[in-house]
Parts: sequence; structure tokens; C-alpha cells
Amino acid sequence: MKRRPWFLFTTLVFGFAFFYVPILSMIVYSFNESRLATVWGGFSTKWYVSLLSNRQVGAALMLSLQIAVISASVATILGTMAGIALARYTRFKGRLLFSGLVTAPLVMPEVITGISALMLFILMADWIGWPGQRGFTTITLAHITFSMVFVTTIVQARMMQADRAIEEAAMDLGSRPWQVLWDITLPTIFPAILSGWLLAFTISLDDVVITSFTTGPGNTTLPLLIWSKVKLGVTPDINALATLTVLVVGTGVVIAGILLNRAEARRIRDERMAYRSHD
Amino acid sequence: MRARLTHWLNGRGFAGILIGLPYLWLLILFLLPFLIVVAMSVATRTPTAPPFGFGGENPLVNLDGYARLFTDDLYIRAFTTSLLNAGVATLLCLLLGYPMALGLTRVSKGWRNILLMLVILPFWTSFLLRVYAWMGMMGRNSWFNQMLTDAWNWLTPEGWAVTSLPLMHSNFAVVLVMVYTYLPFMILPLYASLERLDPALDEAAMDLGSRPFRVFLDVTLPQSIPGIVAGALLVFIPAAGELVIPTLVGDAASPMIGRVISDEFFSARDWPMASSVAVALLLLMVVPTMLYSRAQARADGAEAKPGGQTQP
Repeated sequence: MKRRPWFLFTTLVFGFAFFYVPILSMIVYSFNESRLATVWGGFSTKWYVSLLSNRQVGAALMLSLQIAVISASVATILGTMAGIALARYTRFKGRLLFSGLVTAPLVMPEVITGISALMLFILMADWIGWPGQRGFTTITLAHITFSMVFVTTIVQARMMQADRAIEEAAMDLGSRPWQVLWDITLPTIFPAILSGWLLAFTISLDDVVITSFTTGPGNTTLPLLIWSKVKLGVTPDINALATLTVLVVGTGVVIAGILLNRAEARRIRDERMAYRSHD
Repeated sequence: MRARLTHWLNGRGFAGILIGLPYLWLLILFLLPFLIVVAMSVATRTPTAPPFGFGGENPLVNLDGYARLFTDDLYIRAFTTSLLNAGVATLLCLLLGYPMALGLTRVSKGWRNILLMLVILPFWTSFLLRVYAWMGMMGRNSWFNQMLTDAWNWLTPEGWAVTSLPLMHSNFAVVLVMVYTYLPFMILPLYASLERLDPALDEAAMDLGSRPFRVFLDVTLPQSIPGIVAGALLVFIPAAGELVIPTLVGDAASPMIGRVISDEFFSARDWPMASSVAVALLLLMVVPTMLYSRAQARADGAEAKPGGQTQP
């Protein structure tokens, strides 16, 4: 550009200030001595001490992580299957309904997803006696359902770009479909599967609404614990918790970003090498 | 027997399992609950447990719930508030997000990757904590509120002076926090569609003597409409059904639809009414969703054309 678009740059600066000033403010106030969360009363790390010695927080975090790992893993398996199926099989009975079922949860308001899952679980308990009590299992089932469609979206998009010729070559050479899936398709789309898992994991770890509808007595995940606390107002230990979250997530995202970039660069380089040796 | 199973697994069974397993899962855990909501919306409320009747001595189709949507002030106001808040938030996201997305296409490549990461980063941190950050910012004693209060007192006549602004528990707060939490959903599709544009077109228009703003109106804006539609729907749809934000920072006297659904279900134990409101909300979503998928299909078509750059 010959002209510098000052207006656009100013908006960028303003926009990023808008994004990050509240987070910075929260981090600063997590070191506040005062009990009043918004009035500065000197530097202190006491909220971190009280947070780290809080057993409830630790238990809620463990429960959240367990649910997130299990639901993300199952969602990744189911979502990947659906993504491959939709990309490979362009015509089968009920495909229209199937593709509708994997897009509808993406746009469904969370309240409705939550309330419909809750009604299903209550009615199932009434009809077939299961689930007797809502909690870990029901939360996990609901999380798998609404996070698997995100995995499907990512995997399907990657499959559309993938070269089918290698799979066809393997089939022609006598490989069984499962062998082709395992040896060729899955390694090719592995980065997409990995980002799908990470997305499903984050969605599960972060969810409040659907969890609050499908949970039962005594099953408090970390977002539910925060939710019940912040409904009553601003408390300083949540500032400390938020700071730790930003720290952990920020580090994780930066590392993941670097690794993914590197993997992508390697893939491109390998492809170029392959073409060059082919010439 | 085993041989036949192996044969089936390597033939029709392969596709059968690949399609069947996720299909079955979604049928039971997504379609079935959805159908329950639809059926529940025409059921009759009873004092039994679970609190509804369907058929038998109750009417098979009871449309009272839907009738109340149009007569009861509570629901009319809830729908108006939700659509208004979500609409204003979407518009503000567009006004702020568009120049940001366009700006992102004009910075150097190194900066661009860093800034894109900074757009996505808040999305990976907890949604609840991002809402909470604004609760701290808007509170009566906070530095942000005091700063705005000073500005207000300086700008307005002396008689209007206040000690702090009532930012929290208002529709203003709801819209502000919605813009804050959903802005990345606007920026990313806009950036994706703007980044694909050919800078040569801009230069050609400039060379032909157009002023930068005219180039924007005549060249850039029309080409980015799919991105605008995608971004607007990604903001509007979750915003209209939002439950967390209005509960935490909204005005309890004028609840949004999400809150009404949850209150009908838990406090009033009126499952049929909660379901009627839910179905009505979904119907309101169907129109924008169809627009979205059409825009998406068009964008995908454009992407498939040769020479088009792939998304990052």
C-alpha cells in the first residue's frame, strides 16, 4: 500500500485495547490487598493462597478435566467418523438428515440444547429407569453430542482438500478399507483431528449452560463453581483464578500455535520435496 | 461366520460403521431430545411428575403455550429485548470488526500472525471469566466506571453530575459484554473473506482515479458480503439465545428469552411453556440460519474456483 491506512490502524489499536484492557485490569486486581474487588488497597498475593488452598476449586477442576478429556476423546472419534463419511460418501440413504444433524447443533442456542438434553434424561429415567441420577455420565454425554459436530466440521473441511489418489492407489494395490483408513487417511488428516480434539476439549472445559442443565447433585465442574460465585458479585479470588487461567491457556495456545505452524511448514516442505524428486 | 463378518467389515460394513455410529449417536442424543421439545410444546401442564400430560384426558395438541407468546406481555417483551440486544450487538460488532479485519489484511505478515493469534486467544480462555472481567470493570467503584463518570460530569451540565454511572444491570451492559465476547466471531470470517480479495483490483481502481473511500464502497465492500453475513449470524444467533451474559450483567426486570426458558422450566416447572418459547426462538433462528448456509455455500463455491487462496 502506498498510503498508510491510519483509520484502520487506529481501529486495530482501539480494538485490541478493548480486548485486553479488561483482562489486564483483572490480572492487576488479582494482586489487590483489599477485599473490595474493585478498589485498590495495596499489593498482595493472598487471593492466590486462598485459591490454591481451596479444596472445592481443586475438586471442581479435576472433575472438569476428567469430563473434558473423556468427552473430547469420544467426540473426536465420532466426529472424525462423521467428517470422513460426509466427505467420502456423497450419496447414501439419509445423507441429507445426517448432514443436517451435524450442522444443527452448531447453531442451536445453548439453552435449548441444555433443556432438551435434560428433558431426555428425565424422561428416559421415567421410561427405562436410566439414568437413575444425573451427573458425570449425563454431563459427558451432552458434551460429546455438542462438541463432536465441531470436530466433524474441521475434519470434513480437511478431507475435502486431501488428495484421494493415494487412497485409491492403496485400494488398487489390494489394501483393505480399514488398512487404508488407518495407514493413509488418518495420518493425512491428523493435524485436523488434533485441532478437533483441542477444540472439543476447550468447549467442554468452558461450558456453563449445558452443564448446568445436565448436572446432578454434587457434580460441580469448575465453570459451575465460578458461575455460582460470580452470580453473587465480584470476588477477589475469582480474579486470581482468571489470571491463572489466562496464564495457562495463553502459554498453551502459543506453544500449540508454534507447533502447528512448524508441522504445517514441514508438510509443505515435504510435499515440495516429493514433487521435486518426482520431476 | 468369522469369514463372513470379515467380508462384511471390508465391504458394506466399513461405510456402515463409519456412517452408522455417529448417525445413531446424533439421532438419540440430538434429534430425539429436539423432537421431545417440539412435542412438549403442545403438551398440557399437569401437577404430576414429570409435570405434563399428553393424550388421554388431556388434549393431544394444546396450543395455549403458543397463544400466550402473543398475548402475554412477559414473552413479547422478552423477545423484543433479545432481538434488540442481539441486533445492536451484531451491528456494533460489524462496525468495529470490519475495520479491524480490513486492518489485519494491511499489516505485515509477521504482525498479522501475531494479531490473529491475539484475536483468537480470548476465545480459548473461559467465556465466563471474560464476562466476569467486565463485571469488575463496570462496578460502581471501578477505575473504568470512575473514568467514564468523570467524562460524563465534564461533558454534561452541572445539574446532571453523578458520583458513578449505573452501568451494571442494564441493556447497555448486556450489549457491551456481547460485543466483547462475540467480536472474534465477526472478525474471523470477515478477515477470511477480505484476505482472499485481489489487491490488484484496489490498485486498478486507484489508478483510475478513485479515492480510497470510493474504492472501499465500490470494490471491497460488495465482495465481502458473504463474510459480513457469516459474521453477523455467528454473532446474532448465540447472542439472541444468550443466558449467561444477561443473568450476570443484565437488568433482571427485563429478562431475555434464554432466561425466560430457564425460569419457566425450573422456577415455574411449566415444561410445555418453556418448550413453546424454545420452539419460537428456534423458528426465529431458522430464517437467519438458512441465510447463513446459503451464504456459506456461495463462499465455498467461490473458494473452489481455481486461483482462490485457501483459508489459513
